[in-house]
Amino acid sequence: MSTFTLKSDPVLSNRDRELIVATQSGLPLVSDPWAELGKQLDMPADEVLSRFQRMQEAGVIRRVAAVPDHYKLGYRFNGMTVWDVRDDAIAQLGEKVGCLPFVSHCYRRPRHLPYWSFNLFAMVHGISREEVEHKAAQIREVLGDACTGHTILYSSAILKKTGLRLKKQTDKQ
Amino acid sequence: MSAIAERSKPSDHMPVLPEFTPLERAIINRLQYGLPLTRTPYKDVADELGVSEVTLLKHLQALLDNGTLTRFGPMFHAGEMGGGLTLAAMRIPEQDFANVTEQVNSFPEVAHNYRREHELNMWFVLATETPEGIDETIQRIESLTGYPVYNMPKEQEFHVHLHFEV
Repeated sequence: MSTFTLKSDPVLSNRDRELIVATQSGLPLVSDPWAELGKQLDMPADEVLSRFQRMQEAGVIRRVAAVPDHYKLGYRFNGMTVWDVRDDAIAQLGEKVGCLPFVSHCYRRPRHLPYWSFNLFAMVHGISREEVEHKAAQIREVLGDACTGHTILYSSAILKKTGLRLKKQTDKQ
Repeated sequence: MSAIAERSKPSDHMPVLPEFTPLERAIINRLQYGLPLTRTPYKDVADELGVSEVTLLKHLQALLDNGTLTRFGPMFHAGEMGGGLTLAAMRIPEQDFANVTEQVNSFPEVAHNYRREHELNMWFVLATETPEGIDETIQRIESLTGYPVYNMPKEQEFHVHLHFEV
């Protein structure tokens, strides 16, 4: 498992960290999840809730949400679309690509010439290859002539998937 | 560790769509957007969907138990947590692929690893305790496997909302 330690990160206190570790596998599915966590960590329910609110405002937590297995939902095709976009246009165009409702991740990354000329990555999922390609065509339209090349990398096997994990404090040497 | 095939593929052209009840669809669609951080979060979502809180929790548990949902909880933003995070790729000849997969996966810093159809055919996410740990881990992977690692850290993140409509 991959691990993070938070060291002296001012965004997170040790109590926040305990809440993260306690909910890494999920939020309790009970009527009052804050009280349930509070019982585990000896913290008032209101404090649990307000810490979650603060972490979400600070961006440490994106949201508290359901993460589907996209294959089980019928989205069998996971295409990493990659684009060679003019450097002076990528910031503005990347925002537009990120706004397309079917793009699940969108990043600017460095080129590695001559092997890799693509600097914009947009992950697209579909129920068929055709659907992924249709969505890629819509990205192509947004990019216009600022884009000089692209390809789609489909995944053919998951080699490892453990996700990101925080270490418990007691795990530290 | 052996590669796990993602799914048997009867055809790339025939979508296989799962069947969900209208309530299951509503729960899957609604809860991807996030639970409201209120005093009674499940009750508030149940009210929105027009069901009881008990019904919502029961269905949510069932969707987790049957693997439709892999997780329900806080989605952490790794980049805000103070560690190192990157995407890296390698170009591995077919005859070495299984061996290198095992070597790369043996690093606890490797969180996800996918085989992809491209000359660069191995793509993995590295997560380290410190930002400096990325370069050091890449060097260790290169010296163990004997192949170069192409580091592709994000230079800019464009805002998205991951949502699978069912």
